[in-house]
Amino acid sequence: MLRRALERFNVSDLSLYVVGAPIIALIVVGSFATLRAGHYTTRQWFDFIIFGLAQGSIYALIALGYTLVYGILRMINFAHSEVFMSGAYAGFFVASALSRSKFLDSNPVVGLLVIFAVAILTSVGVAVLLERIAYRPLRRAPRLVPLITAIGASFFLQYTVRGLFGSQFKTYPTVAILGGTWTLGANFVIQRIQVLVIVAAALLMFGLYSFVQRTKTGKAMRAVSEDKDVAALMGIDVDAIIVRTFVLGAALAGAAGVLYSLMFRQAQFFMGFIPGIKAFTAAVLGGIGNVPGAMLGGVFLGLFESVGPTLFLDGLKVPAPYQLKDVIAFTMLVLVLVFRPTGILGERLARAKA
Amino acid sequence: MAKSNWLGAIRLGLIGGVIAVLVALVGMVEVFGERDIVAGVISMGQTLLVLTVLLVGYITASRTAGSQRLVGVASGALAGLLTSAMLVVLLLIGKAVNLRPVLINASPVLYKILTFGQDTGTGVLILLALGLVIGVVAGIIHWLPPRVRGAVIAGLLLVGLIGLLQDLLRVTLAPFPEVSKAVAWMFGSKGQKGLSVAGAIVVFTVVAAVSYLWAAQGNNLQRRVRALPPSGQRAVRWGSLALAFAMLLVWPQVAGPYLSDVSNQVGLFILAGLGLNIVVGFAGLLDLGYVAFFAIGAYVMGVMTTTGGEIATNFQWTFWEALPVAVGASVLMGVILGIPVLKMRGDYLAIVTLGFGEIIRILAISDFLKPYEGGSLGIVLVGKPTLGSLVMETPQSLYYLIFAGCLLAVFISWRLRDSRVGRAWKAMREDEDVAQAMGMNLVTTKLLAFATGAAFSGLAGAIFAAKLSTVYPHSFTLLYSINVLSLIIVGGMGSLPGVFVGALVLVGLPELLREFSEYRLLMYGALLIVMMLTRPEGFWPEATHRREFHEEEAVVEPVPSSAPAP
Repeated sequence: MLRRALERFNVSDLSLYVVGAPIIALIVVGSFATLRAGHYTTRQWFDFIIFGLAQGSIYALIALGYTLVYGILRMINFAHSEVFMSGAYAGFFVASALSRSKFLDSNPVVGLLVIFAVAILTSVGVAVLLERIAYRPLRRAPRLVPLITAIGASFFLQYTVRGLFGSQFKTYPTVAILGGTWTLGANFVIQRIQVLVIVAAALLMFGLYSFVQRTKTGKAMRAVSEDKDVAALMGIDVDAIIVRTFVLGAALAGAAGVLYSLMFRQAQFFMGFIPGIKAFTAAVLGGIGNVPGAMLGGVFLGLFESVGPTLFLDGLKVPAPYQLKDVIAFTMLVLVLVFRPTGILGERLARAKA
Repeated sequence: MAKSNWLGAIRLGLIGGVIAVLVALVGMVEVFGERDIVAGVISMGQTLLVLTVLLVGYITASRTAGSQRLVGVASGALAGLLTSAMLVVLLLIGKAVNLRPVLINASPVLYKILTFGQDTGTGVLILLALGLVIGVVAGIIHWLPPRVRGAVIAGLLLVGLIGLLQDLLRVTLAPFPEVSKAVAWMFGSKGQKGLSVAGAIVVFTVVAAVSYLWAAQGNNLQRRVRALPPSGQRAVRWGSLALAFAMLLVWPQVAGPYLSDVSNQVGLFILAGLGLNIVVGFAGLLDLGYVAFFAIGAYVMGVMTTTGGEIATNFQWTFWEALPVAVGASVLMGVILGIPVLKMRGDYLAIVTLGFGEIIRILAISDFLKPYEGGSLGIVLVGKPTLGSLVMETPQSLYYLIFAGCLLAVFISWRLRDSRVGRAWKAMREDEDVAQAMGMNLVTTKLLAFATGAAFSGLAGAIFAAKLSTVYPHSFTLLYSINVLSLIIVGGMGSLPGVFVGALVLVGLPELLREFSEYRLLMYGALLIVMMLTRPEGFWPEATHRREFHEEEAVVEPVPSSAPAP
């Protein structure tokens, strides 16, 4: 019995015990200690969860862009965070113009739709240009080359926006119907903007999922991500499908940009960086190249980031646990990948191609 | 004259126009306008616009001039005209509507530069005429025979470069009064920046002549060296290496403190680059969290040697006592972080290493570890390296420390490259599964790569801490990892000289242009894109990589010899 166990023991399983076990032990001990101390009320926990869901939905929307492009080109589109940022910026200019002309107060729904439409169009434009200039000529280059152009494009876009519009924070105007809260019960109060974010993100994700599964373009996208050359032989215009993939991802990122800015009420040239990294983490967490995986990964990451610091660390008497929320996010990533090296749902793809 | 030629020229002209307008609107023309390349004649901001038009004209001419040269010149002129026409459009819109609430750099100063201080009508005419003329000039440059063309381009580039760096040149020459007096006429008079007109002409003529002669004689020289017997060739190679070594040794004495400090920063990046070159270039493990080891090296050095007394521990070791501990800690961390990623591949590895980098940075900033390493306040009064009774405080003396570190790293990389481990790394880079099937132990091979890379980075971090004599968590961002990665890819992955070239281009140049720091990353980004599009294998690629990138040509070549003659 023992000998067989020893024979099956693989040195890389070591990581499970060296890294995985202590982290899990810490999480369990910390959670128990926090819950036993009982410093936090049910209402506070509920707030954490709702905030996590809202944040996570935004991560999921951005993560879908990463995952779609990765599924087809096997490339980390590092500049995707700037596609997100440009949507937020376009949304800001429209929103402030509409708010100055009082249109946003008189027709809030139409106004919001216009803001979303302009933001999505801008993001799509940026992404299409990006694909055309920086990625298409490098289709056959080794994998690190497009990664470096993507990093370059990311810097270029960030600092172009900074040069054009300035480096200060742009404050989003308030939208009256999005202010305030809904009370669902004594302990359950929810902000309206968070409802909008969660519902809009869920609708968009559902739309994307059915698009990829049901439509002909979606089918072609799946075919291209399986095998570009065979897809081309089957009569699929691979370049056109790649552009459409970028368009889809950018549209979601543009919407996410407005949602993010409505929630945090600001836009800045550097705003895409952190959500971009988190969203990419979420995409990997769910299994990169996998659409449901990105959604799951985003929500998972958002929840852990929001609930985690308090739940795991407060009981361990760590000062200012909220500072460590990113540590929790990345630790979760490591933990998941240690046990499932290809992400939560990413089995099939990773074995074949990663 | 084909119609498509004109359409192509129009397209390129419009693209050039968009670039010119963008350059103007991000504020580069205005900010760079404060500095003259040639005193009183042309500022750097204007140079940027002129360069855009020149490039567009040149590319247009080279695309269309296949059959007739005059067509090339004409289409270059058309493209140049269109580029300046787009600037005119910006000017006219800007004069009619106030763009400033949205586009903060659409300022009156910009319009004044664009109209050359004249009224709008005259300004527009001058602008259009200049676009046309520069387009024609670009077409003519393309028309010239290659050797003359090369000479003209080299001359123009050097005038630009010297004009740009003239402040630095003057400061550097200041300790040598005879020299600086002798070349005083080259620069604009007091208060002016940039070259004088005479200086610009002389620099251009000399550089163009030298470049022309070199183009004529350089090949000859190379052929003569190649004709030598192997021992002679080796002597030439070692001789030039020794010469380069000697020049590097005296460099800080000539260069003065500022340039030495820039060299030191380049040197630290070379050191880290050599380490990442082992991880990414040799072993093919994409590590985006390389900053973690740099940070650990710096923090261990800081904690061990600080005399500030603001943190709980109080070792007060000397630099040399702490150095092995710092490097050892980095190696240990390299192995510890290496273990969980053993099974991960490609982009999973990239994002997890990125996560490690961020975890280290956030932990360093947090209040959680503050009692031990200073939190967001960092560590001050880090010990300086000493040599006997000499305390290395000046950039010049630190230069030798960094130089020694780089030499050591180069030596280790060079010896490892073709060793058993080095070949195992390369096999793993090419195909992990095949390497494992050949009986390689992936675990030790990977961990060795991480550990060696971490050691170099830790060394760089430790010296970095001693150099600044402070450690702040804000130095250890993702940007550092990206910089190091970019520099080894721009230099040529897996190539040792490539690391030097990459560091000089991506760290040295931006450092010299520090006063334009606002636009550093913008230009950095543009450079990365252009570089990858035009020369993806890097400036100085490793032999196997060069072959990979030119695979198609290599395959195509033998075909004509085997094919029957037509």
